[in-house]
Amino acid sequence: MIHARGLERRYGAKRVLRGVDLDVERGGFTLVTGRNGSGKTTLLRLVAGLAAPTAGELQVDAERGQLGFLGHEPLVYRELTAIENLRLYARLYRVPEPRERIGMLLERFALWDARNQRAGSYSRGMLQRLALCRALLHEPELLLLDEPYSGLDAEGAELLDRELAERRGNATFLVATHDPDRLAPLASGALAL
Amino acid sequence: MTYARDVVALARKDLLLELRARETLPAMLLFVLATLVAFRFALPSDASERASIGLLWVAILFTALLGITRAFIPEREQRVLDGLVLSPVDRSAIWLGKVVATLAFLGAAELVALPAFGLFFDSVTWTTVAAVVLADIGICAVGAILAAMAAAGRARELLFPVLFLPLSIPILVGGVGAAVGDDPARYLAFLALYDAVFAILAWASFEYVVTE
Amino acid sequence: MAVAAAVVLVAGVALALLWAPEDADQGPSQRIFYLHVPIALTAYACFGWGAWKALRLLWTGEQRYDLESYTAVHMGTIFGTLTLVTGSIWARTSWGVWWSWGERQLVLFLILFLFYAAYFMLRFSLPDGPGRARISAVYALFGVVLIPISFLAIRLAENFIHPVVFTRDGPQMSGDMFFTFCVCLAGTLLLAGTLYLNELAGKRLDLRLRELRESLELG
Repeated sequence: MIHARGLERRYGAKRVLRGVDLDVERGGFTLVTGRNGSGKTTLLRLVAGLAAPTAGELQVDAERGQLGFLGHEPLVYRELTAIENLRLYARLYRVPEPRERIGMLLERFALWDARNQRAGSYSRGMLQRLALCRALLHEPELLLLDEPYSGLDAEGAELLDRELAERRGNATFLVATHDPDRLAPLASGALAL
Repeated sequence: MTYARDVVALARKDLLLELRARETLPAMLLFVLATLVAFRFALPSDASERASIGLLWVAILFTALLGITRAFIPEREQRVLDGLVLSPVDRSAIWLGKVVATLAFLGAAELVALPAFGLFFDSVTWTTVAAVVLADIGICAVGAILAAMAAAGRARELLFPVLFLPLSIPILVGGVGAAVGDDPARYLAFLALYDAVFAILAWASFEYVVTE
Repeated sequence: MAVAAAVVLVAGVALALLWAPEDADQGPSQRIFYLHVPIALTAYACFGWGAWKALRLLWTGEQRYDLESYTAVHMGTIFGTLTLVTGSIWARTSWGVWWSWGERQLVLFLILFLFYAAYFMLRFSLPDGPGRARISAVYALFGVVLIPISFLAIRLAENFIHPVVFTRDGPQMSGDMFFTFCVCLAGTLLLAGTLYLNELAGKRLDLRLRELRESLELG
């Protein structure tokens, strides 16, 4: 599903990614590990289509509407409520039956009670959970998660564990993480940068 | 057409945000009024009425500057723009949504400015109204993409006026010319040309501004 | 190219000063025209070249076009500033004023100067990388579209700005004048080309040096 050869991304003189090869088959679960600044986030952004490689080839067999992305930022409007944010994204991603889907996700991530509060009032953990709702809203076939556990408390982490375990067979995953041991049981491949 | 629906959804989002924050529009309204009053004092009493129309246009331009500088602020914070760029919507729809929303704000400000101008200075002709409508399209079309460019960098609010003003000079010519020239149709046609040319350019190139 | 530029330019200037017939209306001060207009045309050529490279960058994504576009715009800005200076000098020597709103070229270059000065401000505010390259390229395209639109605007504006219209050298040049003009034009174009290649080489070297340094540090 993802095929990359000699991927390179440079910012002026600086090379953040150099000669990266990656293969992720459909239904696979690949972990990306490496120190801070090794290019994990950049790699995910390239696969997501937010940035283009400066050299090398990259092939991703998923359209934008089939892609779910979780970055360092939650990508939600602070002035809008959780429901309004998700409604907007549901429209942009052409989600069928948006109301049911939004309701279901908010409940799964224990945000239903806070659904009418401004996202700006959310705690770090709640924002991360909201971001997960956003990323999963359209039932993506390919999930790109950049350190998904960051900011989550124990309860939130459990919710995420459950979610990942349930989706394991139905989607392809590329997950950047500092904590590979937690996800090792799910993983089918790994890339060290 | 899903494209149109995307644009509407995005424009509605901006209007909703403004309704919540209530920052930009009140500032624009107050600013345009204050500017017109200030201009009244800046203009000697024996100045021709032709000079005053120029002041209207400057007031409009600067009010637009104020409003559009803030156009991408919600997206700039924490890279929220990425969320829109990731979605299946056409990138140009993001631009068009911004244009529609900014047009609404600018139009609202002008609903106050034009009557105020008529009250303080000189009556407003239909050609001026037509020129304002045409100019608004150009201002918002160019403003939206320049605002996105400025938002990507460090200088933020300081940069946008510098980018915008040179491109706005032809609009000024068109607007003032329509009011004082012998042949307003020519100036209106020029404004339409400006709109067409720059809107197409902005529409086609917005994709490259929001992706890397 | 540098040698060719030097030779042609010197020849052009010499021709302009010594050989070309004196203009009946304006006298010796008219001679600056032989530099002013070629410099202006060269500036347009540089901006056009910059826009072309910008287009290539957006089309292919190859980063080398960014440096080429930037350098071309830089050249254009330098020659544009020179246009304003020579134009001002010409106005002063011909008509006794340092500036004239009736001079369409001059007004156009003033607007362009503002626009392209903002180009550098924009570039300076953006972090280095493909993002900056893309945004700069789009802006350069806006610039090249602005040139004809502004020219039209200036023409239209003359209806109500009422410039003082001075007699100026029109396209009716005698054969000798035309020849001198062409030589000067070739000279300025070659000069721009030389400076462009020079600066480009310098920037590329600088980039290469920094890349090597990066590689060494990561070692």
